[in-house]
Amino acid sequence: MNLNQLTARQLQKKLDAKEIKPQEIISSLKQRLAESEEKVRAYVSGADFSSIPDEGLPVAIKDNICTKGLNTQCCSKILKDFKPPYDATVIKKIKEAGLSVQSAKTNMDEFAFGSSTENSFFGATHNPWDIERVPGGSSGGSAAAVAADEAIWALGSDTGGSIRQPASFCGVVGLKPTYGRVSRYGLIAFASSLDQIGPITKDVADSAWLAKIISGHDIQDATAVDIPVPDYTKALVKDVKGIKIGVPEEYFVEGLDEEVKEHILQAIELLKKLGATVKKVKLPHTQYALPVYYIIATAEASSNLARFDGVEYGFRTDSKGQSLIDMYEETRGEGFGSEAKRRIILGTYVLSHGYYEAYYLRAQKVRTLIKNDFDAVFKEFDCILTPTSPTPAFKIGEKAANPLNMYLSDIYTIPANLAGIPAISLPCGLTKKRLPVGLQILTKAFDEETLFRIAYTYEQNTSWHLEKPKL
Amino acid sequence: MAISKDTVKYVAHLARIRLKPEELDVFSVQLEEILKYMEKLNEAEVSHIPPTSHILSLKNVFRADQVRPSLDVDAVLENAPKKKDRQFSVPKVIA
Amino acid sequence: MSYECVIGLEVHAQLNTRTKAFCGCAVEFGKEPNSLTCPVCLGLPGSLPVLNQTAFEYAVKVALALGCQVQKNTKFDRKNYFYPDLPKNYQISQYDLPLSLKGSLEIESADKMKKIGITRVHLEEDAGKLIHLDDASLVDYNRAGTPLLEIVSEPDISSPLEAYDYLTVLKAILQYLGVSDCDMEKGTLRCDANISLRKTGVKTLGAKVELKNMNSFKAVKDALEYEIGRQTDLLSENKGIIQETRLWDAKKLATFSMRTKEEASDYRYFPEPDLPLFTIEDSLIEKIKGSLPELPREKSARFVKEYGLTEREVKLVIQDKDLADYFEACCKLYPKAKIINNWLIGAVSAEMNSRKLEIATLRLSAASLIELIKLVEDGSVSNLVAKDVLKEMLDSGKPAVSIIKEKGLAQISDTSQLEKIAGDVIKENGRSVQDFLAGKENALMFLVGQVMRKSGGKANPKVVQEILRGRLKNV
Repeated sequence: MNLNQLTARQLQKKLDAKEIKPQEIISSLKQRLAESEEKVRAYVSGADFSSIPDEGLPVAIKDNICTKGLNTQCCSKILKDFKPPYDATVIKKIKEAGLSVQSAKTNMDEFAFGSSTENSFFGATHNPWDIERVPGGSSGGSAAAVAADEAIWALGSDTGGSIRQPASFCGVVGLKPTYGRVSRYGLIAFASSLDQIGPITKDVADSAWLAKIISGHDIQDATAVDIPVPDYTKALVKDVKGIKIGVPEEYFVEGLDEEVKEHILQAIELLKKLGATVKKVKLPHTQYALPVYYIIATAEASSNLARFDGVEYGFRTDSKGQSLIDMYEETRGEGFGSEAKRRIILGTYVLSHGYYEAYYLRAQKVRTLIKNDFDAVFKEFDCILTPTSPTPAFKIGEKAANPLNMYLSDIYTIPANLAGIPAISLPCGLTKKRLPVGLQILTKAFDEETLFRIAYTYEQNTSWHLEKPKL
Repeated sequence: MAISKDTVKYVAHLARIRLKPEELDVFSVQLEEILKYMEKLNEAEVSHIPPTSHILSLKNVFRADQVRPSLDVDAVLENAPKKKDRQFSVPKVIA
Repeated sequence: MSYECVIGLEVHAQLNTRTKAFCGCAVEFGKEPNSLTCPVCLGLPGSLPVLNQTAFEYAVKVALALGCQVQKNTKFDRKNYFYPDLPKNYQISQYDLPLSLKGSLEIESADKMKKIGITRVHLEEDAGKLIHLDDASLVDYNRAGTPLLEIVSEPDISSPLEAYDYLTVLKAILQYLGVSDCDMEKGTLRCDANISLRKTGVKTLGAKVELKNMNSFKAVKDALEYEIGRQTDLLSENKGIIQETRLWDAKKLATFSMRTKEEASDYRYFPEPDLPLFTIEDSLIEKIKGSLPELPREKSARFVKEYGLTEREVKLVIQDKDLADYFEACCKLYPKAKIINNWLIGAVSAEMNSRKLEIATLRLSAASLIELIKLVEDGSVSNLVAKDVLKEMLDSGKPAVSIIKEKGLAQISDTSQLEKIAGDVIKENGRSVQDFLAGKENALMFLVGQVMRKSGGKANPKVVQEILRGRLKNV
């Protein structure tokens, strides 16, 4: 195996034993990039791969996480060539841990608006398992880079499934930590009450390691909770005896792909065999999660994205309109892509006079019901198991024409964001067409340890995480 | 809830986005479809349910009133599309 | 037809915390443009606000001083609108759960006490500053994010004078609390006014006009007076009042319609997701209540009691906390409160006004003022000359005694010198002498004045009077 194919933990062992030098990892990554990046396009186009730093295990960073002096463009024309004058807190933590930050950022749907990484100003990313298919999104670049061994590991962000769904489509491990576990300072906000940064890795052990590095209190983020971060790597125990697993009925309904369903049921059977108890549970308000999400997320986004106006940074229109309003409207009309415009307009609409109560306030109330559903289940159960996505990776262009159809692909991942709880997606099978299937595990807030324990036990008793795409 | 082109135009203006005529056509159809889907929420019984604006039960998060270094003005202006006299320049605001 | 006016004031006061509301940038004036900025107050992508605890406590302090109901639960909201001085294109403000509601402020206006209701006091962030050139506007974000207190009154104010008095009392309270510099010219205090007219005795309000761009308390009063005139004229011609925003032009002394906006504002308020909720515990309220300083009304009552002055006499000194403190410092050195008070509201205030200085920046220690007052009281210098001595003290920084000595300004109490002048005056003013002898007491004062004039103001008027009386008896 080439070095670029190993996990971060395997590489660190070799580095510690002085079997290899950091530069060897870099050269093996560069070699891989030369072979496969043209097909996958996991990184923002025009990125210069020569600048991967020579020291420490490199981490690939999604294009919406601020890196001082390095392009951070959210894959949008409106943030073209934006170089933040500061590092996000997670970037500082990564550097403090002795890891290095790749200067080439990973591709994403513009401002994380999407589930396919087709909505990037720099063009679509392709799924390494089938380059005619999408890698999922919005952290599709991060997931595809890890899956294609073009990165050792990566950071993504997850507002409604943007880490887990691409991890599932690309056959890698994606974690959305508890809301408040990881500082959002320096994450270019999509929906502030839902966004979390998380790791995308080749296995659960790497996920636990990177999660531990990036988690913790931050005086610059009022929502980053001040409670100690456990050593998640200590939770990597192969034992699920006595673990109570709930499987929600509402997730096994029309729209769920048969092959995906089959693999999830097999995973459940395996965990049972390993000593877990499994019961059906009810999350009765699941059907409302998607509309609630699209109201809250677009409302917050409409406000968060108001700052992109051509005044302080980013793109400003060249058009000859003379007034300030012309400058604003042209800049934003030209600078945002279709999906961004659609969501900003939707979000503006649901907050506008006369509609606030009917949409936004009602959505916040139903959000309470959804959270209550989870609270009730976690009184009795240690975790909830579901598919990550109703289908495996779909074809590029397949859902592009119908936004609502695209939104439906996040139907299983959105509830965790609404409830603020942690969730992980890990590989649990390949379809007949050799497309990865993801298993989603959810636990109560700040119980990432149980999450890692169950995920690790499952992973160590299967070999799905060892499968590689044939590129 | 039907959403007219005029409404989309008005909302786009509130959001300071100029839409091309063809975008206006497509968006009004798509937004109507999406909003129709959102109506599902009307089925939920929420009359006694408090809204969740923040999922965490965190309260009273403050910072101390202590000065931290500001950015260098060069760094502040580095990304500016247009600047003059160490300030950001915008089309004249008519007061 | 007579009309009465209904006025409500919306005051914005910058809090004088060390740092901004949501970031660690210093709050200072007159710095290089954009030098007091960081990712947070520039609204850079990815940055997040964290609330300044001192700003929050200052806001609670003001709310308590204004007798507001401090709310147990409060939150921040985003007010969304596009403007280049607003870096995020939304302002972090408070909407439906402000930190306090329903207070009041007592004013004395035209000799009557009146309670003006306070609707709410809430905390928000200030915007940056725009400079308008011929072909562009320039933005400086140094001010952006400065903590700003919004204090909204009920429409309880019924005259421009009351508005003026309300602002004076409010400013005094904020200054006593030490939370704001309250300088309208610098913009640390700003005031918008809402005014509507209605026929006397009628309950329904007329169309509301919002007045902006007043940069002094007097300008607020003038603008309201102008507006009452303008609206009364329109109403008496049976013309309607348009609900609009008008700007005060301090040069033309008139209000002008701000071009009506093409759309009604739709701020799309929603809870600020980046700031968790706030709970104001009773313990915090008790702590802050315990730390409240003596407020103007309490101080006024104490001055009346301790110094034997009337409420009216101390009113001016009370309005300025530093001046009130100065008054007390003086009284410790020289226990004649009434004389000190007269000096402070007279000669000293005149110097403060003409020099545009505060008592603290006037460079006049309590001890040196008292030295001067004592010289007047013991007859060493006349009251009239003392005012010039005060000017000289402020100009040169020299003590009163040396100025009097150097310039030979000492009061003449030496009777032989004064006898001579008095003799001359009696000779030269036969008519007045006649008048006095005929019983007109005023005539004596005229003669005293003549002696004073001849002595260059240095004569001791008491001695002059005695000499004149003595001499006139013998005429």
